[in-house]
Amino acid sequence: MNYGIVSQEQLEQIDTILSSKLIKLGVDCVIIIDMAGNIITVKDNSESKYDVYSFAALAAGNFATVDAMAKLVGEAEFSLLFHKGQDSNIHFSKIDDELLLISMFGKDISLGFLRLNVVEAIEQIRKVWEGNKD
Amino acid sequence: MSFINLKEKVVQVKIVYYGPGRCGKTTNLEYVNRKFRDQIQSEMVSLKTHGDRTLFFDFLPFDMGQIKGYDIKIQLYTVPGQVKYNATRKLVLKGVDGVVFVADAMAKQREKNIRSLNQLHENLLAYKESIFKLPLVIQYNKVDLKDHGVPILPTAVLRKDLNSRLKVPDFEASAITGYNVAATLKKIISSTVVSIQKKLL
Repeated sequence: MNYGIVSQEQLEQIDTILSSKLIKLGVDCVIIIDMAGNIITVKDNSESKYDVYSFAALAAGNFATVDAMAKLVGEAEFSLLFHKGQDSNIHFSKIDDELLLISMFGKDISLGFLRLNVVEAIEQIRKVWEGNKD
Repeated sequence: MSFINLKEKVVQVKIVYYGPGRCGKTTNLEYVNRKFRDQIQSEMVSLKTHGDRTLFFDFLPFDMGQIKGYDIKIQLYTVPGQVKYNATRKLVLKGVDGVVFVADAMAKQREKNIRSLNQLHENLLAYKESIFKLPLVIQYNKVDLKDHGVPILPTAVLRKDLNSRLKVPDFEASAITGYNVAATLKKIISSTVVSIQKKLL
């Protein structure tokens, strides 16, 4: 059994990336989860209160389902997902085989702008995370 | 894989209730949800069909307090029991730390229990886990049916069928009345937490 342990330093680096790339942009809440539904870290704008633990379990299930659908149509994966609502939206993006970045945001942010920032944040997080595997 | 956050000092523990269809996995969680309502901050999540059968999983998170300064967050999951949903059962088992196998004590379910336990073994192997090593508790559910004249298997028979090689802690229980539901849960939590501690030392 492998245990996912991340050092305090790495988590702080990841939190800084999330704050500067996404929360500053106006994203309500950013969660990084693993595919088993565990929460790695949560950052929010301190106004939104979501039940993040249930959210993580459902998000991991949702992503696993979409992954299985991808295989059925002959795709290796669908690496991002987007759910649009009246007032809030959710964007899911794969960091690597184990990790998922979820952003919840309102109607003031354009999807394109968010996606650009998500891509940059993910690149930076990968670098921090890979240090963990060494 | 339980996830340990050294910064926030939080350990997330995943416990899965596994067993054949209609054996009472969801009923176990529903009882825990009612009985320990004060300790549970969020609502139980159930993904089910219109006929109230579990489609994907049920999810119930609660806080268990602290061990050595770490907050222990227990996350209970159930799997869908119906035979055709094995792909989904496998998904839910990803990263599992402890399993409660709920067996149906009704005499006519005997074979289904054995098949389900065998499949659990196979599904765990897919994640390179062994049923002989992973914390496991077996629950013989529905013992209350005896009082209603429904033929049930004696515990000795269930034990021989399911627990003769595993030799894990087991309980007679009735999820609908709550008999031994908490005892089962306490046992799997303590086995799982001990196993995580051992792995970390």
